[in-house]
Amino acid sequence: MASVKMPQLGESITEGTISKWLKQPGDQVKKYEGLVEIITDKVNAEVPSPMAGVLKEIKVKEGTTVTVGTEIAVIEEAVGAAPTVPSPRGGGELPVAAPATAPQSVSSGVAAEGQGGGSSESRTRLSPAVRALIEEHRITDAELSRIEGSGIGGRISKKDVEDFVAKRAQPATANGEQRQKTATPTAPTPGTTVPLSPMRRAIASNMLKSKQTIPHAWTVAEVDMTSVVRFRQTAKAAFRQREGIDLTFVPIIVKAVVEGLKAVPVLNASWSDEGVVLHKDINIGVAVSVDDGLIVPVVHQADRMSIAGLAKTIDDLATRARAGKLGIPDVQGGTFTVNNPGTFGTILSYSIIAPPQAGILAMDAIVKRPVVVDGDAIAVRSMMNLCLSFDHRVLDGVSAARFLQGVRRWLEGFSEQVPLY
Amino acid sequence: MAVKTVIEAIREGMDEEMARDESVFLIGEDVGNRGGVFLATDGLYKKYGELRVIDSPLAESCIVGVAIGAAVNGMRPIAEIQFADFIAPAMNQIIQEAARFCYRTAGDFNLPMVIRAPWGGGVHGALYHSQSIEATFGHIPGLKVVAPGTPADAKGLLKAAVRDPDPVLYLEHKRTYRLVKGDVPTGDHVVPIGKADVKREGKDLTLIAYGLMLTFCLDAAEKLAAEGVSAEVLDLRTIKPIDQAAIVATARKTGKVLVVHEDNRFAGIAAEVMAIIMENAFDALDAPVMRLTGPDVPAMPFNQVLEDAFMPNVEKILAKARELAAY
Repeated sequence: MASVKMPQLGESITEGTISKWLKQPGDQVKKYEGLVEIITDKVNAEVPSPMAGVLKEIKVKEGTTVTVGTEIAVIEEAVGAAPTVPSPRGGGELPVAAPATAPQSVSSGVAAEGQGGGSSESRTRLSPAVRALIEEHRITDAELSRIEGSGIGGRISKKDVEDFVAKRAQPATANGEQRQKTATPTAPTPGTTVPLSPMRRAIASNMLKSKQTIPHAWTVAEVDMTSVVRFRQTAKAAFRQREGIDLTFVPIIVKAVVEGLKAVPVLNASWSDEGVVLHKDINIGVAVSVDDGLIVPVVHQADRMSIAGLAKTIDDLATRARAGKLGIPDVQGGTFTVNNPGTFGTILSYSIIAPPQAGILAMDAIVKRPVVVDGDAIAVRSMMNLCLSFDHRVLDGVSAARFLQGVRRWLEGFSEQVPLY
Repeated sequence: MAVKTVIEAIREGMDEEMARDESVFLIGEDVGNRGGVFLATDGLYKKYGELRVIDSPLAESCIVGVAIGAAVNGMRPIAEIQFADFIAPAMNQIIQEAARFCYRTAGDFNLPMVIRAPWGGGVHGALYHSQSIEATFGHIPGLKVVAPGTPADAKGLLKAAVRDPDPVLYLEHKRTYRLVKGDVPTGDHVVPIGKADVKREGKDLTLIAYGLMLTFCLDAAEKLAAEGVSAEVLDLRTIKPIDQAAIVATARKTGKVLVVHEDNRFAGIAAEVMAIIMENAFDALDAPVMRLTGPDVPAMPFNQVLEDAFMPNVEKILAKARELAAY
């Protein structure tokens, strides 16, 4: 017998939540086969089994959060199999293969699906017999997602489909009719409860923690984006041709934010009881909406990147976020966050800070408005609101305003002389 | 119907064929006065005399060669190789002459002859008394290979082999001789060569086997039933020509197949069965076709522990079948 412990899935991570057991007690498990999904920082990490054997006992239930090193399961090693991971202490304790060395799949896509069953690979790999049954009985994708897979790794077996078809064929029970009759006109028709995906749970817990512990303050600056808009208009075709990606406003704003943070380092910081921690690196989280939620991959050391470099990095992170291919390091270590709700037309956004950061900046919609310019003339300009939420424990309104002013000045002073590379 | 052992069924089959047809005769080492090393021919020397039950020299090549010559001249010999392991000296006669004789003579001559060979392990026979030879001879065109696992099939296939116009290698598993008992139909019971038999109906998975492994698989299927797994057991009975239709039918029925044999794994009969399933029933499969076989090592060891390690047994079949059921 060997115990499996909650692995440390990244630096500074002290705990993890069991999102889903991919094996049940009694199941055979191969070495490196997915054993359990663990969630940290909104990312699902499938943890491979450190050895071949039989899962004897699950010690920590799904949905429970435990600290790193806590025993989460017991595996009986395969008879005759040499111990696959030598125990450094000589005891029966085997650490779960570290993510850096063992093959692992980190997938937010799995979390986003939130359906029962095992890993998406096991579920989606349908045997020829299952495929034939699906076709024969015209089972829809929606129905398929409801079928509980009883096979290894949650695989849907031929029997599972046959059972489902048999159940489906049964006429609606009298139960349903009764419910309709007894429903009083004043009560709303019962809706459906969407089960919470691990990602939904993680967002909920993070947001709650943030609002309960961080005294948010909020301030807005209005920025004249006309120069940036013009520049982008002229540069984007060539950029697309050269780089293969679109030049969006986001990397330009991130660049401006980096300049603003350099001027006001106290916003690139974290609150702690010992004191305000000023971060050396400027790591900008960029919010990306995905199915059923939001994920914030991080542009590490954004202060060392050109606008083109930022564009490339952000495009890569967003693409991987939507494909569910982000790794744990991709979502860790952010020191400040940029959010872009403006693409959906919002003009004033009050974002919630992602702890332990001290601020989050929302880019709202760029809209053309009549504005009074120098010389008391009225001109049509492209205007944008930048909304900053900040941790009032860490800094005060003056610093926040200075930061916004720095960002605004950098953006308004934008010209073709600003290097893209 | 009467309950008989495998060895009794074989003896009875030979006796009845010799009584029915005067051209049938036996030749082999110690088959005469001694009645054979396993007593397969016990009493036949007394009954039919030395001209029809011939003690041969210790020379397998001679035994098969004499049988070929007799068959060409209209006799129906039953040649006994005392242990399948010792068939090697006769391989040239079997492979180059017997198997290809009909082809070589453009169909002018058939060789209606049977070569009986006790095979298989699990009897402390070690290197020279445990080998499986079905894959080796199954590969040779022109040869028929049968491997019955029950008394009824042993008798019925022996009669079919004697009456067949072509050379038939008749494999009798030593361990089954007295271990396996069963009803044998009275009267002229003939089992057609080339027909497999569903020995147990099931719907969740199929175990395919022959010879001794059939008994083990039936035992395993009984235990699986107690665990809620309905296992079908297909007895191949004939190795060559193999019953493709029966293999494909059961694979299509259950979608999960485990093939079991004690012969070495590489290029064994299981590999052929698996290929047949892949070619003909892929769209009905619900799991990879699996096999449980003896290992690719030079010989069955004498040491009990190592012999156990070599031989598939009920426990090993159960473990593999559970894996298949859970897939």
